[in-house]
Amino acid sequence: MTSTAVVALPPAARRARRKGAALGLLAWLVGIVFVLPVLWMVLTSLHSETDAATNPPSLAASLTLDAYRNFFGAGGGASPWPALINSATASIVSTLLVLVLATPAAYALSIRPVKKWTDVLFFFLSTKMLPVVAGLLPIYLFAKNIGMLDNIWLLVILYTSMNLPIAVWMMQSFLSDVPVSIIEAAQIDGARLPTILARVVGPIAGPGIAATALICFIFSWNEMLFARVLTSVVAQTAPVFLTGFITSQGLFLAQVCAASIVISLPVLAAGFAAQDKLVQGLSLGAVK
Amino acid sequence: MTVPTSRIPKATIVAIAAGALLAACSGAGGAGSSSGGHSINVLMVNNPQMVELQKLTAANFTKDTGITVNFTTLPENDVRDKISQDFSNQAGQYDVATISNYEIPFYAKNKWLLPLDSYVAKDKAFDQSDILPSMTESLTADDGKLYGEPFYGESSFLMYRKDVFAQKHLTMPSAPTWQQVADLAAKVDGAQAGMKGICLRGQPGWGEVIAPLTTVVNTFGGTWFTKDWKAELTSPAFVKATKFYVDLVRKHGESGAAQAGFSECLNNLTQSKTAMWYDATSAAGSLEATGSPVKGKIGYVQAPVVSTKSSGWLYTWAWGLQKASKNPSDAWKFISWASSKKYEELVGQKAGWANVPAGKRASTYTNPDYLKSAAAFADVTKASITSADPRNPGTQPRPTIGIQFVDIPEFSDLGTKVSQEISAAIAGRESVETALSKSQALAEQVAKKYQG
Amino acid sequence: MTTPMTVPTARTGPTPRTAIPRFKTRGPKAWARRAPLLPALVFMIAVTQLPFVATLVISFFDWNALYPNDRHFTGVSNYSAVATDPALRDSVVTTAVLTAAVVIASVVLGLLLALLLDRSFPGRGVVRTMLIAPFLLVPVAAALLWKHVLYNPEYGLFNGAITWVAKLFGDTTPPQPDWISSMPKIAVETALVWQWTPFMMLILLAGLQSRSMDMIEAARLDGASNWQIFRYMTLPHLRRYLELGVLLGSIYIVQNFDAVFTITSGGLGTANLPYTIYQTFYQAHEYGQASAAGVLVVIGSIAIATFALRVVSSLFREEASRS
Repeated sequence: MTSTAVVALPPAARRARRKGAALGLLAWLVGIVFVLPVLWMVLTSLHSETDAATNPPSLAASLTLDAYRNFFGAGGGASPWPALINSATASIVSTLLVLVLATPAAYALSIRPVKKWTDVLFFFLSTKMLPVVAGLLPIYLFAKNIGMLDNIWLLVILYTSMNLPIAVWMMQSFLSDVPVSIIEAAQIDGARLPTILARVVGPIAGPGIAATALICFIFSWNEMLFARVLTSVVAQTAPVFLTGFITSQGLFLAQVCAASIVISLPVLAAGFAAQDKLVQGLSLGAVK
Repeated sequence: MTVPTSRIPKATIVAIAAGALLAACSGAGGAGSSSGGHSINVLMVNNPQMVELQKLTAANFTKDTGITVNFTTLPENDVRDKISQDFSNQAGQYDVATISNYEIPFYAKNKWLLPLDSYVAKDKAFDQSDILPSMTESLTADDGKLYGEPFYGESSFLMYRKDVFAQKHLTMPSAPTWQQVADLAAKVDGAQAGMKGICLRGQPGWGEVIAPLTTVVNTFGGTWFTKDWKAELTSPAFVKATKFYVDLVRKHGESGAAQAGFSECLNNLTQSKTAMWYDATSAAGSLEATGSPVKGKIGYVQAPVVSTKSSGWLYTWAWGLQKASKNPSDAWKFISWASSKKYEELVGQKAGWANVPAGKRASTYTNPDYLKSAAAFADVTKASITSADPRNPGTQPRPTIGIQFVDIPEFSDLGTKVSQEISAAIAGRESVETALSKSQALAEQVAKKYQG
Repeated sequence: MTTPMTVPTARTGPTPRTAIPRFKTRGPKAWARRAPLLPALVFMIAVTQLPFVATLVISFFDWNALYPNDRHFTGVSNYSAVATDPALRDSVVTTAVLTAAVVIASVVLGLLLALLLDRSFPGRGVVRTMLIAPFLLVPVAAALLWKHVLYNPEYGLFNGAITWVAKLFGDTTPPQPDWISSMPKIAVETALVWQWTPFMMLILLAGLQSRSMDMIEAARLDGASNWQIFRYMTLPHLRRYLELGVLLGSIYIVQNFDAVFTITSGGLGTANLPYTIYQTFYQAHEYGQASAAGVLVVIGSIAIATFALRVVSSLFREEASRS
C-alpha cells in the first residue's frame, strides 16, 4: 500500500512527533469535511421524502429503502438499466477506442517523433479549448440527417473525440519515459511496431496508460451536454436519466440522492479501487 | 430548401466516413424503438400527474391496446428545450409531447403539429364537448383547428392556513384584493415559529416567477405590450405591480425567495413554513393528498385582484402530436386514453381522487367521488378556470393571446432574461427600477419585430 | 507505493527525441513515421473541425428555428449583433473569473492536502479515499447535491445545521441565509472547488511521491529547514505537476455547463459562455447568432490557448536546458 516514500522521522524530537500527530488529525478533519456532503447524501437517500426535507435535519428519522426501490422502477416507473447499460457502453467502448488511437499517435510523438511533433501536440490540445456547445448544433443537424440521433454509437464517437487529445497528451509523456535504446534493440531483433508496443512499451508505460484509461472512463461516464441534446428514448445515458427525477412540483430530495449514488457508483468503485494506480500513473505522466 | 441544411451534410461527408464503420456495425444500439409499429415515444414534464400516468400505462393502456409507450420525463426547463429542438427540426423522435397552451399556437403555425380534429370526430367516446371551453380555445390555433388535448388544466388561486387565521382571529375575504393580502401577510408573519406570511415564486424562468408576477401586473392595470406592440415594462402600473410583488416577498415572503419555485413553496406550505401561498390550482391535489400534514387545514380563494374582476392565469399541459410522427393513430389512442374520463376514474381508484389530473373536463366537477375528496377546492378551481379570459386578461386590449405570458415565440427567451432581473431584485441585488429598465430594453428589441 | 517511483533524474525529458532524428525525414520513411499518428489526427479533424466549418456557414444566416420559413443569408449582421450583446460580454468575464477562481483555489487547497497526505499517519489510506470521493461523484449529481441538499435555504443541510446549533443555545430564530441568492458566484465556485480539489491533490501527491528522498535527506543533513526544502527543492520539482493540474483544470472548468445550469440556471450573474451560447441555441433558437457567438469564442480561445501553450512550452524548454 502506501508505505513508500515516507520520510523516516528524524530521530527523537517529541515536539516533531506531536506536530506529526496534530497534522494527522488535521488531515482526518479535512477528509471528513470533504466526504461529509457525500455521507449526508447517502443518509438522505435512506429517508422518506418528508423526512429528507426538514429543518433542523432529522438525523434519527427511520431509514427506508423506498427511494432505491423507486429508482429501480418499483411501482411502474422507468427502469434505470437501459440508461446504465448505455452509459457503460459509451464509456467503455470510447475509452478502448481512445487507447487504440492514442497509443500509436503518442508513439509517433515521442519515441519516433515526426517533424514538428510539438505543433501536432498543440493541435490536439487546442481542440480541447473549443467550446463544446458551439459544435452542438451542426452535430445535431448532421446526426438528424443521417439518422444517428438517439444512437449510442454517436456518443461513442463524440466521447472518443472528447478524450483523445488529453489521452494523446498524457500518453506522449508516459512514452517519453521509455528508453530509446530498448526500442532500438527490439527493432534490431526484427520486432514490428505492434510487438514493440505490446512487449516493450506496454510494461513500462502500463500504469500511465491505466491512469489515462481511468480518466477517460470517468469523463465519458460523467458527460451530459451531448447526451442531453443527442439522445432521447433508446440511447439515454445515466446522468440524463438522473435529471428526470427533478420535478418542479413536489418533493424529490431522497429520490435524487438515491439516483445520484447509484449512478456514481461505477465511477466511485473504479476510482477507489484504482487510486494507487492513478497516483502512480500521474506521477510518471506529468513529465513532458 | 434553403442553403444550410443541404450544405451541412456535404461538408461533413468525411465525418460520415469516420463514423460509418461504427454506425454500420452498430445495429443493436441504434434503430429507434418506433420501428416495432406498436410502440410510441412520449416526452413529458416530470410533474406528479405525469409520473402517475407513467406508472399506470403498462398495466392498463398497453394491456388493452398492445401499444408500448416509451416515456422520457425531464424537469420543466429541460423538457421545453428538448421539445422545441425535436419539433422544430421535425426529428420525429417523439410522437407525443406535453406542450402547454403557450407553445401550441405558434407550433401549429409552423406546421410542427398534427391537427386533431379528424381524430376527435371519429372518437366518440372522447367527447370533446366535455372539455372546458377556455381549454379548447387556448389549444386552438389561428386557423381554427385543434392542436392539443389537455392532460390537466389549471388557473391560479390563493391558499391559506385556515387554522392559523382562526387562531389569529383573521378572516380571509372570498375575493381578496392584493392590498388585503399584503396586510394579512404582515399579520400572520411569525404566527408559528419559522412561519412566514406568504410564499411567492422568485425563481428565474418565464414559467416560474414571471407567471404569478404577470397576473399581478395584469390586475394592477399593466401589460407587457400594448395592442400596437409598444413595450410597457417601465409604465407606472407595471413598476407599481412589480414593486408590490418584490416588496411583499422580501418583507413577508419565504427565505431563499430568489430560488423558490412551485416545489419550494409547496414544501413550505406542507411544512408549516408559510401561512399563505399564491400559485397554481393544481397544488391543491398534493396538499389534500393522504399523508399530507396540512390536509384539511387549507382554505382556497380566488386570485387576489386590484382593478380587474378576476386575475387567475390559464395554463394546461396538453398532448401535442408531432407532425413527423410515424404512428399518429397509435399516438392518438394514447392521447385519447390519457385525457379521458376513464383515466380520471382509474387514478381516482388507484391513487385517490385528490390526485386526479383535473381542470379540463366539466364532468369531473359533477363526479360525486371527485367532489367528495376535492370539496375544499373543486368549485373555486372550476370558477377560476372558466372565468380566465386569455384574450382579454387585463385592463387594456392585448396584441395576442395569453394571460401569464405573451404568446410569441420570443417570450420564452425574453421572459427568462427578465425573470433573471426580477429574481435579482428579489434577492436585493438591484432595485426594481434598474431591473425593469434593463428589461424594457430587451422587450423593445422584441417589439420591433412586430411593429408595423 | 510498492513500485519504486522513477526519480526525476532518470527522466531525460526531450533528450531521447533530439537523439533520434538521424533518419531522413522525407519520402516513405517519413510516412512510415507519420502513419501511427494519422488515424488519431484524421479522426480529430473530422469530428472537431468539420462541425466548426458548418458553424461558420450557419453564422452567416439569419436563422431562427421558430421561424422556419424565414431563413436567409445575412452576411455579418449576426456578428455585429453578438459583438454588441452585453450579455455575451458579461459571460466572457464571468467565465474568466469562474475558471481562475476555481483553478487557483483547488490547486492551492490540493497542494496543502497533498502535503498533509504525504506524511505518514494512522489511517492515511482511509483519509485519501475520503478526499477523492467528491471527484468521483457524477458532476450533475454533485451540482444537485449542493443546490438542493446543502444550499437550500428551507431544508438544506447548511441552514439545518445552523438551526440545530442555535437550538442548543436556546435561540429559536437563527439566521437562515439564502446561500445561492446572496453569493451566487461563490456558491457555484465552492461546489466546483469541492469537486476539483481532490483531482489536483492526486496529481500533486503523485508529484510529491516521485521526489528523490535521498536528496531531501542530504539537504536536511546539510541543515536545510523544512521551509527551505519546500521552497528550493519540492516546489521546483512540483512545477510540472502544478502546470498539469492548472492546464487540465482550466480546460474542463472553462467548459463547465452542468454546475451553472443546475445550481443557478444562469441567473444572478453566473451565466458563463457555454451557458449563454446554450441559451441562445435552445431558448432563443437563434441558430445564426449562437453560431456567430460560437465562432467568436473559438477564435478567442485559440488566441488565448496558443499564447498559453507557447508560454507553457517555453517553460518546459527552459527547464530542459537547466537540467
